[in-house]
Amino acid sequence: MRRALTALGVLVLAGAGAAWWLTAPDPIPEEQLARYQGDATRGQTLFAAGGCASCHVAPDAPATESPVLSGGQRFVTQFGTFVAPNISPSPQGIGDWSDPQVMNAVLRGVSPEGQHYYPAFPWNAYNKADPQDVADIVAYIRTLPPSDTESQPHELPFPFSIRRAVGGWKLLFMNTDWVLQGDLTPEQERGRYLVEALAHCGECHTPRNALGGLRTDAWLSGAPDPAGKGRNPNITPAGLDWSEQEIAAMLQSGFTPDYDVVGGEMAEVVANTAQLSNEDRLAIAAYLKAVPAIESAAPPAGEGQP
Amino acid sequence: MHRYIKLAALVGVAAFSAGALAAQEEDESPQDIAVEIRQGHMLNYAANLMVVGGMAQGQRDYDAAAAQVAADNLFHLASINQAHYWPEGTSNADMEDSKALPAIWENMDDFNAKQANLLQAVTALQGAAGTDLAALQGAMGAVGQACGACHQNYRESEEQ
Repeated sequence: MRRALTALGVLVLAGAGAAWWLTAPDPIPEEQLARYQGDATRGQTLFAAGGCASCHVAPDAPATESPVLSGGQRFVTQFGTFVAPNISPSPQGIGDWSDPQVMNAVLRGVSPEGQHYYPAFPWNAYNKADPQDVADIVAYIRTLPPSDTESQPHELPFPFSIRRAVGGWKLLFMNTDWVLQGDLTPEQERGRYLVEALAHCGECHTPRNALGGLRTDAWLSGAPDPAGKGRNPNITPAGLDWSEQEIAAMLQSGFTPDYDVVGGEMAEVVANTAQLSNEDRLAIAAYLKAVPAIESAAPPAGEGQP
Repeated sequence: MHRYIKLAALVGVAAFSAGALAAQEEDESPQDIAVEIRQGHMLNYAANLMVVGGMAQGQRDYDAAAAQVAADNLFHLASINQAHYWPEGTSNADMEDSKALPAIWENMDDFNAKQANLLQAVTALQGAAGTDLAALQGAMGAVGQACGACHQNYRESEEQ
């Protein structure tokens, strides 16, 4: 609570000089990124692992080999409605951006104009990605069909409409360290990379604090589904008692060990994880077995049935 | 544990009739009965998917005859006209036990189209399941996708 108050203070006083300086966007120098040469073939699998298309294709667009990243999906949150932008290789998308500009968007949450992106765009996970992998993803996106759809503005009430305030949010919640620390096997490390960086699983499976920051103390222990009634499940060992093989099988086929089939946003995630190698799916499973078992937080009163 | 409860429910595949009878005894509403029948229908899918899915994923040995039985059952289950299983007023906004999202009734044509896609996928499975393991595996992907496509838009997220 004190942290929330402090955060509010930062937001409210964003006009003050110190805060202005502290909230400045912090892109990676262009020359540092320019040395990465993207490989589109490699980028295709990484693009799936990153789940980029799930949010950036048009609403209800059918699954296709070459997704059209025209944007337009709406994400309703307690802070307002975010609208995914066009990121296709066109003038309305990222067609005119340099590779380092796209990489800074993904790795730092900073636009080519030097503005912050809201954390609805999961740069707080992608910032742990290998820049080479991001360069490969960018190279792949440039091979996809262009779309001339104009990006729509977010619909955010004051004070969330102040983009600069995201700088304060970044000060509080931006995290480039791994959540799971300690000695890991190479397989667990690979799983950590996929879960915490590219696939950004924590964005839906970890509860958030009052300001929308992920509660890393309750990492992957389940959270209300912002899309409606229901909850995104606890996938720590306290919530998921499936074997590693069963987890990997679900990520490939969608079938749970009960032969139920996962739905909601997870159906789209499975369409992505099905494109990974079985080794990568097993690495994700190995990582999920290694995270601390955390009981799900009780849903706030009035949230309805779990 | 949850899994074993579900499995126990499966063993009595009488889920339909028993559920309906019990419902009447407890004086449940037609809406309650509709939800129970739908959930029983889903468990029937699972009872057969675990046979062909288990073979496809190598959790059980391939057995052409058993695979064919399960695939035939899935075909018949997906062929059932469920229109009267989905009366208005049975979404999760209306009923505690329902996981069916209101979007179903707002997009009934799409909902029916997704059901038709499932029938198409299990028809292909029926043709492949008894041939050999590779054919079975080849047909299972579309079945999982058909299930997932409907759950994606029309079923509430689930607590573990």
